[in-house]
Amino acid sequence: MNWWQRLLRRKKMEDQLEKELRFHLEQHASELIAQGLSPDEARRQARLALGGPEQVKENCRDARGTRWMEDLLQDFRYALRMLRKQPGFAAVALLTLALGSGATTVMFTVVNGVLLKPFHYGDPGGLVRLQEQTDWSTPQGNLWAFTYPNYLDCKRESRSLDMAAWSISGGTVSVPGPAEYIDGLEMSSELFSLLGVNVAPGRMFLPEEDRPGAPPVVILSHSFWQRHFAANPAAIGMRLVFDGKPYTIVGITPAGFRLDDNELDVFTPLGQNTSPRMQSRRAHRFGVWARLHSGTTLGQAQAELALVGRRLAQQFPDSNKGRTFIAEPLRPDVGDTRSTLWLLLGAVSLVLLIACANVASLLLARAVSRERELAIRVALGAGRGRLARQCLTESAVLGLSGGLLGVWIAAIGIRPFVAFWPGTLPRAEEVQLDWHVLLFALVISLWSSLLFGLAPALRTPVRELEQTLRAGARTVAGGSRRLHGAFVISEIALAVVLLVSAGLLGRTLLRLTSLDPGVNVHNVVTARTALSPATLANPARIRAAWEEILDRARRVPGVQAIAMLDTVPMREGNNTIGYDLTAAAAPEDKRPFVLANSVTPDYLEVAGIPLRRGRFINDQDRKGRESVAVIDDVMAQQAFPGQDPIGKHVWIGIGPDPVTVVGIVGHVRQWGLAADDQAQVRAQLYYPFAQVPDELLRRWSELMSIALRTGIDPLSVVEPLRREVRGVSDDQVLYEVHTMEQLAKDTIATQRFLLLLFAIFAGLALLLACIGIYGVLAYLTGQRVSEIGVRMALGATAGQVTRMVLRQSLGMIFVGVGVGILAALAAGRVLMHTVDGMQSNEPSTFIIMIPVLVFAALLASFGPARRASRIDPIRALRQD
Amino acid sequence: MAEKSDLPQGTLDLLILKVVALGPVHGYAIAQRLEQVSRGVVQVPQGSLYPALHRLENRGLLAADWEETESGREAKFYRLTRKGRTQLETEAASWQRLIDAVGLVLKLSEGGAE
Repeated sequence: MNWWQRLLRRKKMEDQLEKELRFHLEQHASELIAQGLSPDEARRQARLALGGPEQVKENCRDARGTRWMEDLLQDFRYALRMLRKQPGFAAVALLTLALGSGATTVMFTVVNGVLLKPFHYGDPGGLVRLQEQTDWSTPQGNLWAFTYPNYLDCKRESRSLDMAAWSISGGTVSVPGPAEYIDGLEMSSELFSLLGVNVAPGRMFLPEEDRPGAPPVVILSHSFWQRHFAANPAAIGMRLVFDGKPYTIVGITPAGFRLDDNELDVFTPLGQNTSPRMQSRRAHRFGVWARLHSGTTLGQAQAELALVGRRLAQQFPDSNKGRTFIAEPLRPDVGDTRSTLWLLLGAVSLVLLIACANVASLLLARAVSRERELAIRVALGAGRGRLARQCLTESAVLGLSGGLLGVWIAAIGIRPFVAFWPGTLPRAEEVQLDWHVLLFALVISLWSSLLFGLAPALRTPVRELEQTLRAGARTVAGGSRRLHGAFVISEIALAVVLLVSAGLLGRTLLRLTSLDPGVNVHNVVTARTALSPATLANPARIRAAWEEILDRARRVPGVQAIAMLDTVPMREGNNTIGYDLTAAAAPEDKRPFVLANSVTPDYLEVAGIPLRRGRFINDQDRKGRESVAVIDDVMAQQAFPGQDPIGKHVWIGIGPDPVTVVGIVGHVRQWGLAADDQAQVRAQLYYPFAQVPDELLRRWSELMSIALRTGIDPLSVVEPLRREVRGVSDDQVLYEVHTMEQLAKDTIATQRFLLLLFAIFAGLALLLACIGIYGVLAYLTGQRVSEIGVRMALGATAGQVTRMVLRQSLGMIFVGVGVGILAALAAGRVLMHTVDGMQSNEPSTFIIMIPVLVFAALLASFGPARRASRIDPIRALRQD
Repeated sequence: MAEKSDLPQGTLDLLILKVVALGPVHGYAIAQRLEQVSRGVVQVPQGSLYPALHRLENRGLLAADWEETESGREAKFYRLTRKGRTQLETEAASWQRLIDAVGLVLKLSEGGAE
């Protein structure tokens, strides 16, 4: 028989065992009778010789080798029965566990999708990201995007890597349909085959299409194809006018294709671009991805790239000195979402721990009241290991059911949670329940079962059986009191950590919202504007087009003032440039940096920035006049400490001449309310858009935004504005429309989101800790009923008994708070490192949050204390 | 908790195998025969006999069938499997070697005393 056959024929095996032993006893007895003993005596002696039949049976069952499975099934059934018998306990424990593991599973699902899953490209393990690296650093670090000539050199000389370059672009699609601004990608023809992306219907770019002068071709994204061509395969071969240039559609990408986290609409061959940046070794504008040839290692590729880097540094010292190329495995770029996610996973783990501590103390209380039951089982022949296993099976049943509920919570909660994420969660489409998540849920359920089941399992009685059986309900469970105390203390300590963290976040948010962003954010709307592609060829037409837009926008009802600017405060995107105070340029690694913003004169009025000294840019600052600039407080401090900046020259590399400082304005929190204080580049400089040199004008025009101050709800002017600025050819479009107020709010959305979640977690922790204290105290005083009865009989008053119970609870609370404060200090440091705008642990937060907890905990203790004080001594002493 | 046999560890299994080797036999008879053959020296605690039988059966050294005894009752008769016979031979041989070696050592110390 196999073990599973034996398992299935359990009933038969049991019968046979019974029969075999009975045969033995009868045989022995009949022999003894033959020797002259009375039948009763013979049977007694036979039984004595064999030993306790149940114990012999147990040992025989052990010898069978299928014990563990049988026991498991038996324990499992028993556990289910126990849970059904105590629905109140089961409900509280399951709810607690479901909340804890549900929250943890949701967070892990996000972490798994965003941080742990590899790219969805074919064979992502062999993909690498190439970057340029300098032996000196700017405020942005020492890693750079590639220049196109550097890419071509690396590609030609590398033997171990297949490379492809790309550059994010964007422009106006005017045919078919109404004009729309879309996101595009210029890419090497090899990119899709490198990533294993199948273009269907249609085809990928051919190598000969990746050259200047080749016929313009375009590949559409699946969603763009659906939007504009209703997913009609006949779109292949049709015409698309993109930025004024007709393209032939040759292919469609698969649905959901993204480059890193960029969702793009159209793809064009990079090699067809003839702009000067394609020849410049200073235009660091290109991403380069590569695939390792099979059989080569990353180390070989890196050595090879370093060699190319050294050669280019010698050949082009002007641009490439101190510059080399590095390769690293291609991983999704998720920015600072990483630290936020780990922080949240840490916080939910604390909630899970509290839930475990809570269930542990509930189980322990039950285990103590089941002491007699367990003692009887020992007396009947159950081994200690067997009982411990039974207890652990019960915990595992609880834990797994809790885990199952948790997975269910995660399954229904994950989409709302992702939608609720501030801004957009990177790789949100990858966030799904998969087998990783299920495995994680299984592991945490088993792990927490062990955590809360171990203490009850380990205290299964073995010694002093008689005492236990006799003592019954009068046990003064000293050991269990300490263990219970430990659980309550850890619950309180964990709750302190979450409460203080929530408090710190709350204070931070309060402080951040009260900060002055430096601009008057009310009633301002900003938008990027794509000029009609037809105007872009000629600087004079570009200037005229902008003039026209400003004129028309001014006429929109409700608009008070309008200005152009290239960098909108608190929005993504900025223009950081190095500057000099002398004509001789400082070496690149020594140059100070400034945020440069080209604006029109009304910007000061639109943004409501205070003018400190001198004047702002005005209509006289035109081409051909003296180049001027206005700087902010920070730059005045940084560049001209103790001097008058007005009239000083600054070389900013836009045009050949230096700009003359004509005024000083207030600082604007360009990087956001929270992040600006710690930003690397804070100095700001404004220069007139009218003085941007002709050769830069086209590039600048792609970047310019408009900002409008309105007398009415700023969003209500957007639609009339759109109509006004469409231009004669009806193809000038506004995109990325935001109110400044929303932009400012978004910069602290992460903090707001974290605060909300931490507040929920802390509230949950507080509630669980209070339930824990209540349960434990109720149980402990229940155990002491007869003791309290004696005290009262000896003259203790109700007040004294209440105080005694409260003292016990206060003891646990204070130890818990003490441990919690230490842990909260550590947690505060973690928060400070991960959350922008957090300041050091403020003692006032502790002073506010801890009394909240102590008060709630005392309130929870009051019920059991009051009940203890009402014990009737006579009844208490008679009991049992 | 299993009661400790007075026999050295592992000897009970060997003795059972030997008794069963003589022909199919039920549990009670094994206990009887062990006591008789060893002239009462070997007292097999009956409580540990059955777990040992079941363990040996589980390991495939013994097989069991339900048969009728001479008195017409049904009993579980154990017999040796081929694997059990091999096991008996190796264990008996190693037991003999151990006895011989212990005997030699004991003689040596007597000789030393002379």
